[in-house]
Amino acid sequence: MQFTSVDFQRNVSKALNDPFLQQALQRGMHGFVGKRADAVSAVPEFEQLRDEARDIKNHTLTYLDYYLEKFEASVTRLGGHVHWASDAREARELVLEICRKAKAKTITKGKSMAGEEIDLNEALEAAGHEVVETDLGEYIIQLAKEPPSHIIAPAVHKTRDQVSDLFHEHHRALGFEQRLTEVPALVDEARQVLRRKFLSADVGITGANFLIAETGSNVIVTNEGNGDLTSTLPRVHVVTAGIEKVLPTLEDMTVLMRVLARSATGQEASTYTTVFSGPRRAGDRDGPEEYHVVLIDSGRTAILGGEFQDILRCIRCGACLNHCPVWGSVGGHAYGWCYSGPMGAVLTPLLKDLEAAKHLPNACTLNGRCEQNCPVRIPLPALLRKLRHRQYEARLTSAMTRYGLRLWTFLATRPALYRLAFAAVARSLRVLGGRRGALSRVPFAGGWTAGRDLPVPQGTTFQSQWRARNES
Amino acid sequence: MSTSREKVLGRIRQSLRRGPLEEQTRARLEARLSAHATHSRIAFTADAVERFIDKAQSQAATVARVASAAQVPDAVADYLKSHNLPATVAAAPALRGIEWPRHLTVAFGATRGEHEAAVTPCLAAVAETGSLVLLSGEDSPTTLNLLPDNHIVIVNRSQVVRDFETVWQTLRERDAPLPRAVNLITGPSRTADIEQTIQLGAHGPRRVHIILVDDGEGSG
Ligand code: SF4
Repeated sequence: MQFTSVDFQRNVSKALNDPFLQQALQRGMHGFVGKRADAVSAVPEFEQLRDEARDIKNHTLTYLDYYLEKFEASVTRLGGHVHWASDAREARELVLEICRKAKAKTITKGKSMAGEEIDLNEALEAAGHEVVETDLGEYIIQLAKEPPSHIIAPAVHKTRDQVSDLFHEHHRALGFEQRLTEVPALVDEARQVLRRKFLSADVGITGANFLIAETGSNVIVTNEGNGDLTSTLPRVHVVTAGIEKVLPTLEDMTVLMRVLARSATGQEASTYTTVFSGPRRAGDRDGPEEYHVVLIDSGRTAILGGEFQDILRCIRCGACLNHCPVWGSVGGHAYGWCYSGPMGAVLTPLLKDLEAAKHLPNACTLNGRCEQNCPVRIPLPALLRKLRHRQYEARLTSAMTRYGLRLWTFLATRPALYRLAFAAVARSLRVLGGRRGALSRVPFAGGWTAGRDLPVPQGTTFQSQWRARNES
Repeated sequence: MSTSREKVLGRIRQSLRRGPLEEQTRARLEARLSAHATHSRIAFTADAVERFIDKAQSQAATVARVASAAQVPDAVADYLKSHNLPATVAAAPALRGIEWPRHLTVAFGATRGEHEAAVTPCLAAVAETGSLVLLSGEDSPTTLNLLPDNHIVIVNRSQVVRDFETVWQTLRERDAPLPRAVNLITGPSRTADIEQTIQLGAHGPRRVHIILVDDGEGSG
């Protein structure tokens, strides 16, 4: 996909002025928050489960080399193959090579964020394979030639009407003449089209929600069952997964599974949670003959052991997106890469490009709802603040902001001067604001006042109120 | 290939500021693995069988209860009739022992989706979430769980367990590596990808029907 994080500001104004997007966000997003809240309040154990989920992930990251080697040994014992990719290019080449050897014509894909991250579809198509996304949301955006806008609801930015148009345009050649408009009919038509693809695919590529070291398994969680069909029907199954996906045992996975379903969609269990271990066994009547896992580093080891390690606990549930006021207003595309919302604002600068993605950590109100809802307790606001700090140190922050911050630091470390200066500012703003009590233009803040007025401060400053309170 | 492997493992150790793990630590991690320690479970007081039925139904599965195994074939036939389905099913070879009525055509084996209904056994049924646990294998091909529009699953009362931890324990007692696929299935296939409207029958079965056989004790 095109990487457009550098255009964040332009992307945002486009998103805010896109009536279809705004309509889709309004219709699509309101359910998530309530459903999660209901599911969570139904189980008194939830907060305890979050602690355990965090601790299990931390434990695994501390001994990541051990668990990856264990996983590799377990997969090999079952007759599967583990491949290691140090970067995105290598990951693409490994998958391409497997597909080339399999003489794959048609490749079905289950939703995989790791696949998005390494631009797998483009590479496979360029090599002449027909690639078909099978998660309905991913399929819709594949037809629209767009990247996903949400990690678990990739087409949430599309209205039903837009989906109707896309299906009508692309399915006509397959014998579906009528333009359908109702959700059940649209889902059914996609089912028929994709069923043919499932049955004719030579290779199936999926991601993994979890890898299990002890048993050599990859776990896939879906509601549609597309991950299962992708993993079962073709002759070759390829799993693409980040190295941080590994967990020690099925017992550990169970904790993550319990918090994932509730945090993502408010379900107690997703419809399909499948533990896949290796290729088909002697006597099996179905299942792939070859089983490959491509373990992807691509920037993760650089995060490990450092001040951003917490983000490696992320299980891609989408809760932080669903609870983010910024994501809710602009959707996912504005962020410019496959990851969006709070987790995307942390991951994109770290995995992709600190400089090009410099706007993302700043597009945050630090309201903290993401952290409150994160099933593995990732301190997202703190990580975003640390990224801002890192930008400042790397001199990526704009000159004006840097001067502003330096001026503020100068004053803030001199309390008497600070009090004088801010009392003066408040007074002059009051004078300038006049009877309206608001300013429509403020020097150096044109970007902010372009869209709204600045209300002038009322009454005395916080510091003098505090002093008065403590004296009385 | 092995060089990338060494590169990634080397970077991990470098980031964690240590070399390969010492024998002692490895032994501790081995012990953690083989202990299979469990964590918090979802507590409930209801009878496991009742809870299983409740939860399965809340996820849009249907449940028919029969008193004994002898009534299973009729329950299958009833289901087909009530949905106007042809008297043909694909069935897991594990169910060969059942005496199927003559008017029912039963094809034992895998399917490519040419059957409208499939009948399978299961390993367990989980009361916590209303999930069915199915194992792939010669006797129970995975395609039966996924391709036909109707998936009929036979559950014996004694197979109902409280939670997933019990399932993992049962699997380990089989003393064999995990089968290729362990499917945890909770209701029929669904999607909410168009305007977040939930629609059943996305890619997998449109209906999941559970025949619960009451003879035999519940283990919950
Ligand atoms: S950061 Fe937390 S809330 Fe956000 S997607 Fe990852 S696990 Fe979910």
